[in-house]
Amino acid sequence: MSPMSDTVQGFTNVRRSRWWQRGFFSSQSAYVLVALLLVILMMSFASPNFLTPGNISNIARNFTFIAIATLGITLVIITGGIDLSVGSTIAMTATVTSLVMNGLNDAQFQPFPGFSLIVSVGAGLAVAALIGLINGLSIAWLKLSPFVTTLASLSIVRGLTYVLTQGRGSYPKGPDKELFIDITAGKVFGYVPLPFLYLLVLALIMYIVLHHTAWGRHIFAIGGNEQAGRMTGVKVDRIKVQVYVISALAAGLNGIIISGWLGSAPANLATSYELTIIAAAVIGGANLAGGVGGAAGAIIGCLLIEVIRNGLILAGIDPYWQLTLVGFIILAAVLVDRLRSLRAG
Amino acid sequence: MALLELENVTKEFGAITALQGVSFTVNPGETVGLMGDNGAGKSTLVKIISGIFAPTSGQLHFEGSRAYIHSPGEARRLGIETVYQDLALSDNLTASANIFLGRELFWRLGPLRFLDHRAMNARAAELFAELKSETRADDLVRKMSGGQRQAVAIARTRLADARLILMDEPTAAISVRQVAEVLSLIRRLKEAGIAVILISHRMPDVFSVCDRVIVMRRGTKVADKKVAESSPEEVTALITGAKEAA
Repeated sequence: MSPMSDTVQGFTNVRRSRWWQRGFFSSQSAYVLVALLLVILMMSFASPNFLTPGNISNIARNFTFIAIATLGITLVIITGGIDLSVGSTIAMTATVTSLVMNGLNDAQFQPFPGFSLIVSVGAGLAVAALIGLINGLSIAWLKLSPFVTTLASLSIVRGLTYVLTQGRGSYPKGPDKELFIDITAGKVFGYVPLPFLYLLVLALIMYIVLHHTAWGRHIFAIGGNEQAGRMTGVKVDRIKVQVYVISALAAGLNGIIISGWLGSAPANLATSYELTIIAAAVIGGANLAGGVGGAAGAIIGCLLIEVIRNGLILAGIDPYWQLTLVGFIILAAVLVDRLRSLRAG
Repeated sequence: MALLELENVTKEFGAITALQGVSFTVNPGETVGLMGDNGAGKSTLVKIISGIFAPTSGQLHFEGSRAYIHSPGEARRLGIETVYQDLALSDNLTASANIFLGRELFWRLGPLRFLDHRAMNARAAELFAELKSETRADDLVRKMSGGQRQAVAIARTRLADARLILMDEPTAAISVRQVAEVLSLIRRLKEAGIAVILISHRMPDVFSVCDRVIVMRRGTKVADKKVAESSPEEVTALITGAKEAA
């Protein structure tokens, strides 16, 4: 008998769930997507400027500022962990990238065009990876709690960023500055921000990895039942280290993109972004208890936060309401999920 | 030739002697019940055979040769599979994902390996059909009953060419109908020529499916006899210590 049939091996009372009761359609991400579409619809009636190409382009750019990091942290959250250090990692990576670019400029060392860009971005991401590696090793090998470990690195990394810059921040400069701005803040076809394309490619890769590779499946397994994973031969510790490294790299990439758009890397860049990023992941359906989450959800969560922020501004409402509203959305999202699982039994 | 032979196995945890000179054999295709009160050493014994603990002293032989089982992976390579008491399943994955966890099937694209969902679901469905279990391969374990979970855990052991399956309290905390289901799963393993060590508190389970019963008390083996030559009353007396040994 085929596994796709409507009943199980002749048990007529065991029917298959309906299509809306399983898969993506039954996930929190789907509900939030519906909410997002409703909000977009409302905004488009409320403000004639909302659905203009220029504004859509702004939204696409702004939400990318947290969305890449949200993809990364979603992997950590699926394993049942948390990464509070992403905001600091964004600042540190932006700072290191900018400082290295400055250093190469001061040394007048540019053997070929693009050299200082490659080296400075490489250095920034290497530092991000190192932060992730230290987080991951502390959590997987020393068995420290993810919350406390990354709370510590939030503080350590932010502190080091201030020490490096004396709190003043820095500006990318030198022969590759234009190129740097182009690849981080540039647009294609006049409207599509380049970072938005990076985000789409990364999200697609993440989707494929999560659902079509053993590594991705093991991430879910760790979040579902870490002990079971260990006993069936899943390399739990190694995968944990890897997800923290990826989370830090994603944050780092976001840092580089933000600093390119700002044209500077202030030392207080992305302060408290970790909370927005975690909120976006949770709104999008990642479960802080582990085992649930995905690329689509991460993007939907970020987009909802940005659409609301943008909409409030266009509607002339005090933008400080944004934080309050985001809080209510978090509650609403988990509440809907809770009600749904109660009903499903 | 015995499939598994334990010789004078002792396990100490600091000042506690969990097992004291335990020896027994399991023959190919035999279903052996392992009984005893809480703390009698049943679970420790299973963990030694499944590679989670190393014995403090004593030897294990598997299929006639000395076996050093350092890890669950090593046990699995020998053909020893374990169904753990807590079942060790990931609730957020499907039945087939759980069965294939750590030994997924792939299709290849150059150097890349992608999960072959179709092949895994098909194989899992075959296993459930073989076990006559009403479990669907692509359903989430979260939504399953105790008996279905048990079937998933057992189907996992059927994936490899297991010679010996250890089952730690497979009928604890499940409904009457599901107990019957699990017992028939065990009978099916026996028909397939697979030896089973069944750890259980439940006298009726052991007496309905096992060939032999081994009783443990305070870390030592106090009885090892054919089920046909014993009775629930005798085993109860042995477990509680009302009867010293048999």
